[in-house]
Amino acid sequence: MSDAPALLHEPWPSVERQREGVSFGLWLFIATEILFFSGLFLGYTLYRNLYPDAFKIAARETEVFFGTLNTAILMTSSLTMAVAARGATRGFRKMTLWCLAVTITLGCTFLLCKGLEYHDDIDNRLVPGPDFKLKPPETQIFWAFYWVMTGIHAVHVTVGIGVVTTVTLLIYRRRIPLATAAVEAMALYWHLVDVIWIFLLPLLYLMGRS
Amino acid sequence: MTDITVDRLPETKIGESYLDEGHSLASWLTTTDHKRIGILYALSITAFFFIGGAAIGLVRLELLEPHGLFLTDEEYNRLFTLHGIIMVWFFLVPSIPTTFGNFLLPMMIGAKDVAFPRLNLMSWYLFVIGATFTIITIIAGGVDTGWTFYTPLSTLYANGNVIAAAAGVFVVGFSSIATGINFIATTHMLRAPGMTWTRLPLFVWAIYATSVVMILATPVLAMSLLLVSVERWFGVPIFNPNNGGDPLLFQHLFWFYSHPAVYIMILPAMGVISEVFACFARRKVFGYTAMVYSLMSIAVIGFMVWGHHMFVAGQSPYANLVFSFLSFVVAVPSAIKVFNWVATLYGGQIVFKAPMLYAMGFLGLFTVGGLTGLFLASVPIDIHVTDTYFVVAHFHFIMVGGSVSAFFAALHFWWPKITGRLYPDYWARFGAITMFLGFNATFLPQFVMGYEGMPRRYHVYPEQFQVYHVISTAGTVLLAVAYILPLLYLGWSLLYGNRADRNPWHAAGLEWETLSPPPKENFERTPTVTSGPYSYGEDAEPQAHTA
Ligand SMILES: [Cu+2]
Repeated sequence: MSDAPALLHEPWPSVERQREGVSFGLWLFIATEILFFSGLFLGYTLYRNLYPDAFKIAARETEVFFGTLNTAILMTSSLTMAVAARGATRGFRKMTLWCLAVTITLGCTFLLCKGLEYHDDIDNRLVPGPDFKLKPPETQIFWAFYWVMTGIHAVHVTVGIGVVTTVTLLIYRRRIPLATAAVEAMALYWHLVDVIWIFLLPLLYLMGRS
Repeated sequence: MTDITVDRLPETKIGESYLDEGHSLASWLTTTDHKRIGILYALSITAFFFIGGAAIGLVRLELLEPHGLFLTDEEYNRLFTLHGIIMVWFFLVPSIPTTFGNFLLPMMIGAKDVAFPRLNLMSWYLFVIGATFTIITIIAGGVDTGWTFYTPLSTLYANGNVIAAAAGVFVVGFSSIATGINFIATTHMLRAPGMTWTRLPLFVWAIYATSVVMILATPVLAMSLLLVSVERWFGVPIFNPNNGGDPLLFQHLFWFYSHPAVYIMILPAMGVISEVFACFARRKVFGYTAMVYSLMSIAVIGFMVWGHHMFVAGQSPYANLVFSFLSFVVAVPSAIKVFNWVATLYGGQIVFKAPMLYAMGFLGLFTVGGLTGLFLASVPIDIHVTDTYFVVAHFHFIMVGGSVSAFFAALHFWWPKITGRLYPDYWARFGAITMFLGFNATFLPQFVMGYEGMPRRYHVYPEQFQVYHVISTAGTVLLAVAYILPLLYLGWSLLYGNRADRNPWHAAGLEWETLSPPPKENFERTPTVTSGPYSYGEDAEPQAHTA
């Protein structure tokens, strides 16, 4: 490969080892992320056990249409991201760039839908505070978790879009080689963000409808 | 191994010292060299240490009189909060890992740098920006919650910049996570040929165990601070009891980080002590395998004991029982380490150089801190002394008597390697003894007054405790001298100290086989490791050959 020298950075002895190192580092980061969200999941579980009825009342108000649509969008983006990661290692430049572009678009669509949903939620007076429409007061706790969980998730999606866009542009302008370990690393990150959403969907959208 | 001869290349062929790779400020601020980043960290935490120290100096002066001397209640609360936040997050947590860990870990395993050098630099920037921001907001606006940010005080009642201070600590947390990821990846991926896991020096094992705790505990702190900030900012009820929220949940999340954080502070110290004892007793560390397993089991069991901070907070008696039991369990590996250190010294040819004196100080103070920890692990005694100076004295014995003594041991042990200069050992030994005496004068009286009922964090107190407070404040003066003294003689050594050769202590370990100060690439060639660490004694051989 002609671009091999540009791939290898200090202090790694070989490109292969470096690639392993980058994805190992990312797995460690994923462990961190899991613990980060676990605080939220713990709190949610605790309060749901303390106040099962309030949580049922509160969870009925989430918009399952947007929840489902966004799940489909994110799952599709995971597919295109996985194809891009494979394409990059095989040297399929055009396909990789296209798949990354689709991933970015889907990510933005997700945020757009989320924004529309937030708009409805605010109109429906579902922001905890003096104006909050539901009773008893414990329903506010469910909605506090709704806002914090989906908000932090959306921040993760935004960061993901930023990183993917940057790397895509750098590859497009041939500033970094296609075979960079960055594609695999950001694919891992993207999948992590999707998996977190898979956990949020039943907790926030489905539980009130069982 | 007898057929190995160490052929070193003539020194002229080796790259110049990492210190000469550019003298401009920009060359330092954009460096990705782990050694230079270690020094950047050392300078920043030193500055933070003295700010935190000044804050508590004022508190100790104030406590000379039962009704205070010159501070209002509000100022008093802000000063101890400033002290706690700085010392825990901006000094103790980063202290040994980011300075000596950064500098030495790659060298000890024969690597050229850490796995992700640019991430390493970024984590320093995160650290300095987050920490500086927090300190400015505390000094300017004041935060009076104590370093623990307990709800509902922090979310509903406290005045001042709680959100800003929490945001700074949040950012610093990510610096800590980045450092942990870097160290773990480095240890896994970049060991030199022949450097197997069982040949790693115990300092590397200690930093590795610390990094595991860093990446798994810190994110939970980040989340708990985030929730406090969200609740305070938007009024969203998460811990607010008026809406059914549970303040105890915050304490669970907070201590899930903050107990393991104690091990972030003490595990690296244990690594340092193992290196120093082996060198100055001229013996292999006793029970290497047991030392490794005890490090790792402290890291793991340390995650399961956080409830001992909540014995009186309304936790169920069954939870108290389990957390009490596990807190006794976690003391076992620490005890194994203490016994192994003593066994290392037994029959050794002990040389009382300055690093050894600091390390001996660690051994005594850490043991007292650990044993009083057993008092606190026992529920009935803990109920008696909860939130008293007994607790304050206990954790200062671990964190200051243990970690800070070990930090100074490391500083004096590796100073010739880092700077290429020798310091006056007489003054260093004087400093070590002063520190030990000052420390005991400050904190031993606190055990007594705490046991007799003096509550912590109180601005005014009954007159019966005054004598202890006066002794404690006098001890603080001695401690301050002991902390300022090294600035003078180490500063002097930078300018006028004799040049150090590769290995002034005749120590074992890869870092001593390269130049002092080391070249940018650490070694002239990638070393090939041929034996385990700590080959001291008559048949000692270098751990690696570099030819
Ligand atoms: Cu604890």
